[in-house]
Amino acid sequence: MRAGLCALLLLLVTLVNADEDVYPEVKVADPYIELHTGPGEGYPIVHVVDRGDFVEVIKRKTDWFKVRTAKGKIGWVSRIQMEKTLTPNGEVAEFADVGFGDFSKRRWEMGLVGGAFNGAPVMTVYGAYALGANLSAEISASQVTGDFSSSDLVNFNLLSQPFSKWRYSPFFTLGIGQITTSPSVTLIQVEDSQDLIAHMGIGIKMYLTRRFIFRAEYKNYVGFTSVDDNKEFEEWKAGFAFFF
Amino acid sequence: MEGRFRILFLTTILLGMCMLLVSSMAWSADVATSGDNDAVQQQVIQPQVERRTIDIDTIDTEDFAIAIFSGLYSAEDFGTNMVIGARVAYHVTERVFFEAAYAKTDTSETSYESLSGGAPLLSDNDRELTYYNASVGFNLLPGEAFIGKGWAFNTALYVIGGVGNTSFANDDRFTINFGAGYRFLATDWLAIHLDVRNHIFDTDLFGEKTTNNLEFTGGFSIFF
Repeated sequence: MRAGLCALLLLLVTLVNADEDVYPEVKVADPYIELHTGPGEGYPIVHVVDRGDFVEVIKRKTDWFKVRTAKGKIGWVSRIQMEKTLTPNGEVAEFADVGFGDFSKRRWEMGLVGGAFNGAPVMTVYGAYALGANLSAEISASQVTGDFSSSDLVNFNLLSQPFSKWRYSPFFTLGIGQITTSPSVTLIQVEDSQDLIAHMGIGIKMYLTRRFIFRAEYKNYVGFTSVDDNKEFEEWKAGFAFFF
Repeated sequence: MEGRFRILFLTTILLGMCMLLVSSMAWSADVATSGDNDAVQQQVIQPQVERRTIDIDTIDTEDFAIAIFSGLYSAEDFGTNMVIGARVAYHVTERVFFEAAYAKTDTSETSYESLSGGAPLLSDNDRELTYYNASVGFNLLPGEAFIGKGWAFNTALYVIGGVGNTSFANDDRFTINFGAGYRFLATDWLAIHLDVRNHIFDTDLFGEKTTNNLEFTGGFSIFF
């Protein structure tokens, strides 16, 4: 019991000590910066820091920075104002954000898209890795929730993006996968069916903001079913993805 | 005899301490003078201002949050039961955030089942309801809450909506969810949530129909 208490105390002490970390300092270069009570433009301004004074930058939430003045006053400053501060060396402090420039240089991408697969709702989660500037490999998992049956799809595809530097960047895709269909329980019990599928598609990626992109696509699937004739599926999807 | 030994012992210790003190003072004085000399010499050669060069990239960003929540989920026709789940959120701007959630609840017997006393409509396994969804939230009314005179906490009333899937009675159903919530930030990194959601999906258990499934939950999230 006592050992536990001691450990807890030690932990608390280390936590408190961690709070007294050395934070980066910046110098106010604008006539003044405004300290809000919260990370948002509506929160009231409780302090201003004049030009030439230093503030410590404690943390960041979205586009707001929590700072501490030399007098120990704490408040939140917008990124727009922080960008007009200087480092102790006199350089302009760069609070560089992920921007459009990083869009064409992205390596990993993950997203969630939804739409219609042969008229039934479909949701897809995917991950992509850029093999080069214009080519990436994707793996995706989809769930189709139809009225009479639901299907799970796993797909692997290659995606070519000929104009990867454009804000609205079109793409073509080609891939193979597997579809597992299980009929709804209220109908007669039928075995799940598993088939190989191949697809080709066309779509567009649009850079939105920070790490986010919007993606819309059309895919045409051919299912090599165990019965003699092949099945064709059409799929329309749109959704959001982020890259890093 | 013993008293004399004690005095001798104490004197030795005292003497030792005195010697230690004197020698240490002499040494520190020596260090101080030599340090001063060094400083003077350095000052002559090159005046240097001490500067802290710290990378601004080291600033801790807290845009992600993980949450666990629990409450009541009212599955239409299948009673109201405890729900438990987890969420991950990413705050894009001060207004907008994305959220992914997964939760699980048990459902109870329908009124028909309990009244008729007949065979249950669903097996125990099929009675479990799970859902996942991805939603977009909007901090509609950000603000502050005050407790007494000395405490202020940041809060937000948000609206949220999205799409997902509900697995129930061995069937997967496309589900739309929407609702509102209240976020109370106890500290910068810990928030308490209250949420009300409606999950809408079609079911054909009793003939095709659209069900509204209300959910009330509370939970807390940790920003990192």
